Amino acid sequence: MSKYLLNKFLYTVDRDPELVERYREDPRGTVAWWEAERANVILNLPELERSTWLEFTDTEREALATHDFVKLFELGAHNFLTLTLFIATFERDYDEPLGFQLEYARRLSHFGLPYPDIST
Amino acid sequence: MATVAAVIASTHHPFYYRASTSTGAGRPPFADEWVAKIEAFRATLTRARPDVLVMVGSDHFHQLWLDNMPQFLVGKAPCYDANFYNEEREFGLPRMFVRGHEDLSAYLLRQGIDAGFDLAFSNELRIDHSITCPLITLRPEADLPIVPIYTNIFAPPLPQPKRFVELGRTIRQLVESWPSGQRVAIIGTGHLSLELGGPRQFGPHGPDPEFDRKAVGWIASGDLTAALAEVSLDSLWLPGNATHGFMDFMLMMGVAGDNVKADYSDSLDLFHTMEAYFTWYPEAAA
Repeated sequence: MSKYLLNKFLYTVDRDPELVERYREDPRGTVAWWEAERANVILNLPELERSTWLEFTDTEREALATHDFVKLFELGAHNFLTLTLFIATFERDYDEPLGFQLEYARRLSHFGLPYPDIST
Repeated sequence: MATVAAVIASTHHPFYYRASTSTGAGRPPFADEWVAKIEAFRATLTRARPDVLVMVGSDHFHQLWLDNMPQFLVGKAPCYDANFYNEEREFGLPRMFVRGHEDLSAYLLRQGIDAGFDLAFSNELRIDHSITCPLITLRPEADLPIVPIYTNIFAPPLPQPKRFVELGRTIRQLVESWPSGQRVAIIGTGHLSLELGGPRQFGPHGPDPEFDRKAVGWIASGDLTAALAEVSLDSLWLPGNATHGFMDFMLMMGVAGDNVKADYSDSLDLFHTMEAYFTWYPEAAA
């Protein structure tokens, strides 16, 4: 489990307008590029000082590559990061206010308490 | 010594700015009532005539990140830029700028550390909607210097609820001992029951109206005994998966004092969450 890395993907994509669009249009390609080039960059350090050990599991990579926010919830990705990025990505496709947010809730409706652990 | 001119606790709703400034068909039906309540709430700060604002909030994964996550952090900078791209995108929040009060920041840091809180600090902090929402609602001119204080209600492991209360009590004591003639308002924002990114999000009310009713009662009456008896890090998952923001309300109850009734309280039942607004005037009680 690399919940931290899932969160790092969601966090770094969400804060970059170009990456948000790239992830919407080409999720699999964006995830592959990000894992190869960005996953090991420590955010407050020069790229020279990058980490050497971070990688997604196959399940995590596939969840991100398929925009599968239900699977991300199940895996314990941080609920706020997932929601924020997916609103940015998909809210525009719904006509009604909060249409996407309510669909998001509906698709998670089979989860009861306690929810998957988001601790990292 | 400084005077605590007001203690204010409220929810921070990032949709208020857009709702209150929208016109025509885009203006939500609840906007007028919401604006009226906010303007009444704003008057409770205005009448306290503050010179400086201590503002307690929580970074929402904007500047503070999991590679280096502080539990409690005090901003110490001459200025703060505010709001982030994703807050403009999702909430329509404007970019803002507010001056800092470095002397008070330095005092709270030094004395707070000496009082047993190993506070983190930041000399370059961009503040987010947990602090700009109360600026927009309570002091839209954003003309007073601030000391931002961030708490971690977001990234487990979190401090215990009692620690938030103790920090609130300490902030109150420190402000009252600050050698200054200034009038300080201590403002903090949190949440009642709230669900974000879970199956109970964005319902017609907050996810747990019963918790909200109890919580409003605790805050309005200053009942820290009941709040601390019923609230734990585990229990806060039950009313909604973002309800740990209630610990910032508990911090503000610590600032206001045990069993000190709020001089002003109001609430508004909205979709998604209940709004709640409280003001105490310690001077009147002294």
